[in-house]
Amino acid sequence: MKSSHTTAIAQGIAQARRWYWQRISAMVLALCVVVHLAVLIYATRGGLSATEILGRTRGNWAFAAFYAVFVVACAVHVPVGLANIGREWFGLGETAALWLARAFALLLLVMGLRAVWAVVS
Amino acid sequence: MASSLTVKIWRGTNEGAFSRYDVPRQGAQTVLDVVTYVQRFLEPSLSYRFACRVGMCGSCAMTVNGKARWTCRTHVAKVAAEGEELEIAPLSNLPVIKDLATDMTEFFDKWARARGSFQGKATRHDDFARVAPASPERAAANAGIECIGCAVCYASCDVVAWRPEFLGPAALNRAWTLVNDVRDDAQTDRLRAVAGDAGCHACHTQGSCTERCPKQIAPTLAIAGLKRKVGRAAVRGEL
Repeated sequence: MKSSHTTAIAQGIAQARRWYWQRISAMVLALCVVVHLAVLIYATRGGLSATEILGRTRGNWAFAAFYAVFVVACAVHVPVGLANIGREWFGLGETAALWLARAFALLLLVMGLRAVWAVVS
Repeated sequence: MASSLTVKIWRGTNEGAFSRYDVPRQGAQTVLDVVTYVQRFLEPSLSYRFACRVGMCGSCAMTVNGKARWTCRTHVAKVAAEGEELEIAPLSNLPVIKDLATDMTEFFDKWARARGSFQGKATRHDDFARVAPASPERAAANAGIECIGCAVCYASCDVVAWRPEFLGPAALNRAWTLVNDVRDDAQTDRLRAVAGDAGCHACHTQGSCTERCPKQIAPTLAIAGLKRKVGRAAVRGEL
């Protein structure tokens, strides 16, 4: 009984910590999304081809850094919510929900950073 | 001749059905008056709970036309216009004992689980605590202190329905008033008790509790405060 109570507290603290990081990453994302959309609208107002895009992004390390931060913030933010959805909607246990979240975080990180690398290199 | 009001009242436990009654319609009639009329004149075996009749005790809350309300201070005219029916059911998210009376054991046990009781540190040898009424902590505690424990918020919360272990808005609101009580000595234990998915972090900020609270308390705000406080303490390793 004592140990299950301790586990519940440890789980609660871990969840509180994840909530904190989800909130911090949300702040980063809010900024990233605004910049992303503003640049998108500004850059495409006269039409834009793939070649033109690549012409601007290749070798642009500021662009790479910005989108790398964007990707990392996503990889932190999304899995926390995904684990909650798993728990709440699909009745997953704590362990299953966390592994699902970790796997998805890895997927986001790999695909996101690969995409960033593809347009700057 | 006075007009009549058709009222459907839940009979049974969690299994059961609505029974229909015709009750004389009167001006300034409350929903609790209607239930009392039915019990006294039409259905003596009807079970329901009330005590003060003036919105202080928190015992007469029921589901009225789909929404949890305090029945002693809800006028029939407010929820059912002339010619409309009244439907009265027990509160949601609680086991029904019989008819309109719910078992509130779990609801109040959760207050205890959220460390909802004050734990002082001063002795009789200490001087009185001096708390400035205008201090932010006291203002935050005051905002939530008038809760009458009617469970309207608890019955209105979808998260309670999805996750039965969730402490619920009333218990968390109570915890928040104590987190802001500078005289209380169980702060770390309380933050631990309300951390995580059984506690404040399960809340989706849907705000039904705040919308329905008859005392105009905002448990949503209290829970948001707890999330910040607990999250910060967890990250700093203070829990």
